[in-house]
Amino acid sequence: MKKKLVCLLTAFALAAGMAACGGNSDAGSSAPSESSQPESSAPEADAPAGTPTESESAPAPAAGQVTFKLGGTGPLTGAAAIYGTAAANGAQIAVDEINAENGSILFELKYEDDVHDPEKAVNAYNALKDWGMQLSLGSVTSKPAEATSTMNNEDRIFALTPSASSTAVTEGKDNFFQMCFMDPNQGSASAQYIADKKLAAKVAVIWKNDDVYSKGIHDTFTAKAGELGLEVVSDTTFADGNDTDFSVQITDAKNNGAELVFLPMYYQPASLIFAQASAMGYAPKFFGVDGMDGILTMEGFDVSLAEGVMLLTPFNADSDDERTKNFVAKYQEKFGEIPNQFAADAYDCVYAFKQALEAAAPAADVSNEDLCAAMIAQFTSMTFNGLTGENVTWDASGAVSKSPKGMIIQSGAYVGLD
Amino acid sequence: MKRLLSKNTRRQTQTYAAVAAAFLIIQLLGGMGALSSSLKGMLVPICAYVVMAISLNLTVGILGELSLGHAGFMSVGAFTGVTCAVILQDLVPFAPLRLALSMAVGALFAAAVGFLIGIPVLRLGGDYLAIVTLAFGEIIKSFFNNLFLGVDSRGLHMSLISDNTHLEEGHSLIIGGPMGIGGIQKISTFTAGFILILLALFVVFNLVGSRSGRAIMAVRDNRIAAESVGINITRYKLMAFVTSAAMAGAAGTLFAMNYSTFTANKFDFNTSILVLVFVVLGGLGNMFGSIVAAAALTILPEALRQFSDYRMLVYAIVLILVMLVTNNDTIKNFLARPFARLAREKGGSVHE
Repeated sequence: MKKKLVCLLTAFALAAGMAACGGNSDAGSSAPSESSQPESSAPEADAPAGTPTESESAPAPAAGQVTFKLGGTGPLTGAAAIYGTAAANGAQIAVDEINAENGSILFELKYEDDVHDPEKAVNAYNALKDWGMQLSLGSVTSKPAEATSTMNNEDRIFALTPSASSTAVTEGKDNFFQMCFMDPNQGSASAQYIADKKLAAKVAVIWKNDDVYSKGIHDTFTAKAGELGLEVVSDTTFADGNDTDFSVQITDAKNNGAELVFLPMYYQPASLIFAQASAMGYAPKFFGVDGMDGILTMEGFDVSLAEGVMLLTPFNADSDDERTKNFVAKYQEKFGEIPNQFAADAYDCVYAFKQALEAAAPAADVSNEDLCAAMIAQFTSMTFNGLTGENVTWDASGAVSKSPKGMIIQSGAYVGLD
Repeated sequence: MKRLLSKNTRRQTQTYAAVAAAFLIIQLLGGMGALSSSLKGMLVPICAYVVMAISLNLTVGILGELSLGHAGFMSVGAFTGVTCAVILQDLVPFAPLRLALSMAVGALFAAAVGFLIGIPVLRLGGDYLAIVTLAFGEIIKSFFNNLFLGVDSRGLHMSLISDNTHLEEGHSLIIGGPMGIGGIQKISTFTAGFILILLALFVVFNLVGSRSGRAIMAVRDNRIAAESVGINITRYKLMAFVTSAAMAGAAGTLFAMNYSTFTANKFDFNTSILVLVFVVLGGLGNMFGSIVAAAALTILPEALRQFSDYRMLVYAIVLILVMLVTNNDTIKNFLARPFARLAREKGGSVHE
């Protein structure tokens, strides 16, 4: 009898739990339903300016101002957290600047954690949708972005991702744009750069064969290297789970006389490779791609090991450019470290949104679908100048066109190569 | 004996009823538009995890063997099921049927793999199954991370380590090694998940209630005694283990078809342990408990989003508290007291 009652009670608890969760996020989802028409209640250009409407929106927009809800998912915790937090921080700085200007466009920014997992990213995306996201910063990393981009496409919410670089992210989606290079472009650009600058003739590649990002770059790099007459003398892999001991890969590169080791990977395994190569007394040139960015801010990493490492990235934190200096100073003041290119890309994304919104001048109560169409029209036609490139343009597929900058790490800081 | 049986039947009926009630409530709320996108997005994964929990509970709770690689079966089901769905895309235009066929294929492959592993391992006593399934999970992950599979007019092509499939123009890979599977048509629905849960419950309850089920539990309780009365231990162990693997495979297909992309790394050791946590939290051998635990623990991290960076910390604390509370007799009695009194007032017997 008791068991029966307990059983029934748990059944109710389950149902109530689910209902409560529905109701719970209902409180959250009343926000979106409120915000899908909130601008209509807010005092906008079309509303008589004097009418005292019950506008209680947080930034309290004045007449003619429109607030857009900007959402993004990224790994704010976990192994790839440096990328997510950098992007969130960079975007936050841009949003703060824009809101301080008090112009016609205001932003409200929210980043949700996706732990670099497509499943969690979809959950995070849905949470943002409940919050009332109108424009999206996509996801920070590639695989989660692939999952959320389909949702963006279904829901007609326009997205511009700061850093999700795989081709699958934009493929077949007309409303998903990238601020970063695509993986294949990074590989061929690196090979081109190495050949052009005559950095080495014999090259070794160590890559992660269960990682989309690493594989994408590796494939195009080796193809391009073959075209340009670079000799790939050692081509070794590692995978999740055996990414702590690189002695086999490094020895192979060493024995084959590679002058340069190309590392298309994220900074964490790269830091181990530097340490182990140095312990072995092997000192080739190391060449990385944008995933290497962030190695200097990694906790517990001996910066001197990265001395002389070259990488191809669109952003140079110690450039003389006025805007870059300003951004770096603000970032350092607020977050206590030098921003990497993820932060800069996210910063640029927000400004690109601002530029597009100013040009399109959507009505305050625009539906996501109309906003999406307007954004697609703007992004395929506009030219943008940002921290990560001048005269940046986008093609209809969503891929960006801008030129990479070569960087070298000298005494613990990134320095432009040319 | 009769009382015991009727109690079992009653519990089973209650489990079916609770699942159906939860489904109806969700459908009703969905119809009224009262469900948030966040919860709507989680419905299918919850169903998949519930089936995983039921499936693992069959191995751990009923059979009494520890499996630490259950996500491996999920992975086999996910990859084979989605491959099947892609191949059938033009042949079977009706999506629910295609999903059902894919789940069947996923279950079949997972069962076959489970059978192959089970033959040598289930002959052993002790904790060997735990060790082997642990390794199995890693092997499956590594295998699918290096598998390239595509289909064109000449048929199915596969290669390992690097892409040597040389597909015809206009055909792309289905399984792209480390890229996993991308561009999946999302055909999983909550209704399909609900049906799969009912099916899994039906299979497990009937197995447990049958002659074979009693033999399986006899093996769990005392291997030597079971052997001495002539029970073929390996056979019954295999029966439970393969059934469990098949259900995990179907759950994997359901899970995978809910996302546009997934990789083999999703089904790693952590996922296996997550499912094991559902089972342990819900109670070994207690199917209803597994269902509640799987649903609650899938929703919990999302419900904790307001804690932002401390989310997983809070999640861990909640998990520990729940474990402590559910295993503490004093608290359990305290919670049960009002019901006991209620029962007494109603004139029912308090003694069980």
